[in-house]
Amino acid sequence: MSAMPSYDSDARRSPMLRELLDLVRYRDVVRLFIANLNKTRYKRSVLGVGWTLLNPLLNMAVLTVAFSRIFRFSVEHYPVYVLCGLICWNLFSQTTVHAMNSLVWGGSILRRVYLPRSIFAVSAVGNGLVNLGLALIPLVIIMAVLGHPFHATWWFLPIATLLLAMFSLGMALLVSTVAIFFVDVAEMYGIVIQAWFFLTPIVYPKEILGPRLAWCMNLNPMYNLLELFRTPIVTGAIPGVHTILAGVTSAVVPLLLGWWVFARKADEFAYRI
Amino acid sequence: MRLEDVSVRFRLPRERILSFKEYAIHWLRRRIRYEDFWALRGVSLEVGHGEVFGIIGANGAGKSTLLKVLAGVFRPTEGRVRVWGKLAPLIDLGAGFEHELTGRENAVMNGTILGYSKAESEARLARSVAFAELEEFIDAPLRTYSSGMIARLAFAVATDVEPDVLIVDEVLSVGDAAFQKKSFERIQAFRTQGVTILLVSHDMAAISSMCNRVAWLDHGRVREVGPPSEVLPRYQQTPA
Repeated sequence: MSAMPSYDSDARRSPMLRELLDLVRYRDVVRLFIANLNKTRYKRSVLGVGWTLLNPLLNMAVLTVAFSRIFRFSVEHYPVYVLCGLICWNLFSQTTVHAMNSLVWGGSILRRVYLPRSIFAVSAVGNGLVNLGLALIPLVIIMAVLGHPFHATWWFLPIATLLLAMFSLGMALLVSTVAIFFVDVAEMYGIVIQAWFFLTPIVYPKEILGPRLAWCMNLNPMYNLLELFRTPIVTGAIPGVHTILAGVTSAVVPLLLGWWVFARKADEFAYRI
Repeated sequence: MRLEDVSVRFRLPRERILSFKEYAIHWLRRRIRYEDFWALRGVSLEVGHGEVFGIIGANGAGKSTLLKVLAGVFRPTEGRVRVWGKLAPLIDLGAGFEHELTGRENAVMNGTILGYSKAESEARLARSVAFAELEEFIDAPLRTYSSGMIARLAFAVATDVEPDVLIVDEVLSVGDAAFQKKSFERIQAFRTQGVTILLVSHDMAAISSMCNRVAWLDHGRVREVGPPSEVLPRYQQTPA
């Protein structure tokens, strides 16, 4: 009778730690969620997973046709530049949107069984990473076709990707939490994402903004994270210390903030979905 | 392992969800109104090891909520819930079922959702499929299943467990007569193994035959607790 209960609703551990431990305990569910996301999305389509590759490629082709004449003097091998930006952007935008939508619209499962609340955000990011890996294939092909050199600095990419994933996860958690309490946020976020896309130098090089606006770009966390990923591929240089520090901050702060907010509010989700 | 769930008072309010605009307007006017709905109020129960405990009450009395609080789905607004031992929930079967995936994939996923590792879920798969009598269909997508087949699969996966505590929410009435008999026998088997069982049901016969004690839940409060012979007649006499 004096043994420790296996479930005690009063357990006073830090919510952040609890959420993390629960995720570890339920890691098989996370893995299955990630795998099943792709399976269900493309189950009845002909091209199937091919769309994960085709989508950024087609996007890049359209943007290249539209903009490469304008920027042909400032950016060498414009398709490579754009594709890198798109790959990174997709990780961020798709994971955050998906995490938010699956929690708000599909979160009813949390009222039926116990699952760690962050499972939607975490599996969205996991799935995004898988897609990012797949998207590297068309990137490599395009680079080979255009004759863009492959630099040794590609070893930096896993670090850049990790930081990008951390940022995305933090934002996903934040946005999901707010969207549960205010459903309008789900709509607003789509618009925010669109605007943010154009405020980030994906389609255009930062230089065309002029020195003052270009400096303002530093306030955009996606900019630094993007540079960390894109610079090694496009120019073969390791990004400067400033950029790295900014990138790390942009990744760590949102993640900790998002995790903290989410973990504290997680218990209320079951009541509101 | 001794087993008790000591629930010392828990309540659940439901607040009205406001849209962002409404919230902003109310906040500006300093008038944020919440509609409080206490699904459970001041419920205290203690269930001993190996006991079969029934819960009865009208629809909306809070029975399912009570089970979900025990399962950890809802965290009590007030009060404390404690459970000793491994708990297997038989509430809301088939949570997480995806219609585009096959029966096999869904069964494994459901197993992991219930807390088992992927390897364990896959090992149990053969037994669950045999119990549900779905061998021929297990690799077909779930959207080709009839609702009865889905229910049987869900029940089979959820009950292929060795828990210390079992909480059952009116899930014994799925499938045809033969399957219902099998399900009933499975629950009985748990009972003879000494598993602590919490049973929510409208089936008075089942309650009186299986339960040691019964609690009558009325509008979120415990109205009476006692052996079925005492509580059931009083419950059945209340006007509908």
